[in-house]
Amino acid sequence: MDAPRANLPPLSLHVPEPKFRPGDEADFSDVDVPSAGSARRPDTAAPADSFHELAYTLIRVLDDSGQAVGPWNPRLDPDALRKMLRSMAMVRAFDERMFRAQRQGKTSFYMKSTGEEAVSVAATMALASDDMCFPSYRQQGILITRGYPLVTMMNQIYSNKGDPLQGRQLPIMYSAKDFGFFSISGNLTTQYPQAVGWAMASAAKGDSRIAATWCGEGSTAEGDFHSAMTFATVYKAPVIMNVVNNQWAISSFSGFAGAEATTFAARAIGYGLAGLRVDGNDALAVYAATQWAAERARTNQGPTLIEHFTYRAEGHSTSDDPTAYRSAGEPNAWPFGDPVRRLKEHLIALGEWDEERHAAQDLELAEQVKRAQKEAEKNGILGHGMHQPFDSMFEGVFEDIPWHLKEQQQQMLDEQKAAGL
Amino acid sequence: MNMIQAINSAMDVMMERDSDVVVMGEDVGYFGGVFRATAGLQAKYGKTRVFDTPITEIGIIGVAIGMGAYGLRPVPEIQFADYIYPALDQLVSEAARLRYRSAADFTAPITVRSPYGGGIFGGQTHSQSPEGIFTHVSGIKTVIPSTPYDAKGLLIAAIEDNDPVLFLEPKRIYNGPFHGHYDRPAKTWADHPGADVPAGHYRVELGKAATVRAGEAVTILCYGTMVHVVANTIEEMGIDAEIIDLRTLVPLDIEAIETSVKKTGRCLIVHEATRTGGFGAELSALVQERCFYHLEAPIERATGFDTPYPHSLEWAYFPGPVRIGTALKKLLKD
Repeated sequence: MDAPRANLPPLSLHVPEPKFRPGDEADFSDVDVPSAGSARRPDTAAPADSFHELAYTLIRVLDDSGQAVGPWNPRLDPDALRKMLRSMAMVRAFDERMFRAQRQGKTSFYMKSTGEEAVSVAATMALASDDMCFPSYRQQGILITRGYPLVTMMNQIYSNKGDPLQGRQLPIMYSAKDFGFFSISGNLTTQYPQAVGWAMASAAKGDSRIAATWCGEGSTAEGDFHSAMTFATVYKAPVIMNVVNNQWAISSFSGFAGAEATTFAARAIGYGLAGLRVDGNDALAVYAATQWAAERARTNQGPTLIEHFTYRAEGHSTSDDPTAYRSAGEPNAWPFGDPVRRLKEHLIALGEWDEERHAAQDLELAEQVKRAQKEAEKNGILGHGMHQPFDSMFEGVFEDIPWHLKEQQQQMLDEQKAAGL
Repeated sequence: MNMIQAINSAMDVMMERDSDVVVMGEDVGYFGGVFRATAGLQAKYGKTRVFDTPITEIGIIGVAIGMGAYGLRPVPEIQFADYIYPALDQLVSEAARLRYRSAADFTAPITVRSPYGGGIFGGQTHSQSPEGIFTHVSGIKTVIPSTPYDAKGLLIAAIEDNDPVLFLEPKRIYNGPFHGHYDRPAKTWADHPGADVPAGHYRVELGKAATVRAGEAVTILCYGTMVHVVANTIEEMGIDAEIIDLRTLVPLDIEAIETSVKKTGRCLIVHEATRTGGFGAELSALVQERCFYHLEAPIERATGFDTPYPHSLEWAYFPGPVRIGTALKKLLKD
């Protein structure tokens, strides 16, 4: 050490560490759980610098007894609530079946969204059906809420001859323009500036449609996030930017995205846009916040960042084992419960639902998913021959196939022929 | 017109014809661009069609892709090609793959304009030629003009093209065709036939090379500034070379290359970019594969050296008349 520095205290590097590792007992008693109904609901035209406390608290509507309370209660009618519950339960049924299909070797890969169904389903219900969504890979609830055919989703997962993406994309990287669902990329948060650009285009054209985008808390660390926030605020783009804070980015806890020091909603403040922090397991809070942000966007008041505080109840993907890095007890200890159960209890408390109907619906949804799976498997499963024609891999790189790709296409066909395939 | 005026005219023509064409980038709006390429466009078409952006290349390209997905036809500018790297993920992972990965459900009809190349004492970060990075990417077209006429016609074709196009503008020849001699007075476009640019709409088709000069002794493959340096060098040396200006690197005009090399039996490749892994290596491989039995000498490459672009040592780095001449003498020695 240099002599002049010898009397200075040594610096130390802080490396975040999650509270619980495998073998630890998960205890979330120090997590702040603001009471339902306690957060104020500002006017949608409120100035961006007035959201400070909303970026640090949690907007919650459903209380412990299943009642919807406070200024954010969206006062949905029972039919809408039942539709919401049904879509969320369908996402879960679909996830269960496709996870199993991967374990059975019918496809290479799958990602569940268990525990996060409200974040996609309730948000989608608060948007118009032709608003454009720029999702990450964990918002399959958008497609299911908008009535995209389950069989087509499965065809994509199986990369079979019915796959609308022609077997080119990893399972779950859906694309469905007609359903307002932008092509999913494997590269994290690239969809954020794209959503802002779509929203800017809509505004520039005098359209009335808005854009919504989703990313996980881990990928807020990407440069695209910063660029998107800057563009959104500069041009007052009609966009809703959702951060799904499910506490985990594969094995890295949210502290590695900066959560030890602040909330993700609070980032809105520095950019000068509205920021809301929502109980992501409270479907009504998610709906209300999205509805609020949509109205703000539609009235040219600008963008909103919504942090959905939730918990990734399962592994990151079928290639992941969460017990290798976190306490096995975490999902059950999570103080905000399960979004499907909470919405179910609300409907029951309203006298609009009961356990028997719920159990029957679960059975019906499981059957529906099973039927869709049988239908999809008629088009083939991964690696069983009923795939897209090999030479189709050269299509769509460009609008027209240039000479060098035609040559390579012929080379591949000749190779296959010579090999007797 | 000089090349800047031609590029400006191309955007003007396209904005007039198609209300979905929008121009965006750092300093392109009110100010009209650091090279004046977008001068007057905002005043004419308004701020929602020509607008200044925050200084974030990721954002500029990402937002342009989103606008393209909506149905617009964005023409984003990256102020210098040396600053395109922050946007690499959006270009490589998104723009280039969007059509493919979505089976044409979504497309990215964007034209990314960017000044590139050296010869202006731009040092390390105002001189680079990154075309080889992009020619390696499936799904993106790479276009480089060498005259005002081509610049306008190619830029119009690029904007009308439904695929993402990287349009690299050789800034050394914005104001005149560079002869390669830094110590002699600069030329202007005034007496060059390529400066005769129609005011209205016309296209120079993408994927087609131009034979700048027909010759018998050797084929020289080049593009951008180097087209003029090469033309001047062979004139000074009295060599009957055939000069092919590639104009589009992807998709490449392989027929023009093959026909010429089979005729001359010799091939020199010239580019400003660094040698290793540069586009010249691809050209060399293609010529070797397709013209092997017609070659009378090994293919030569006159390129930038495999170093970052140096400031005060620029003229020892730049592949000017001396390096090109040496390569030609070697190629033609027997």
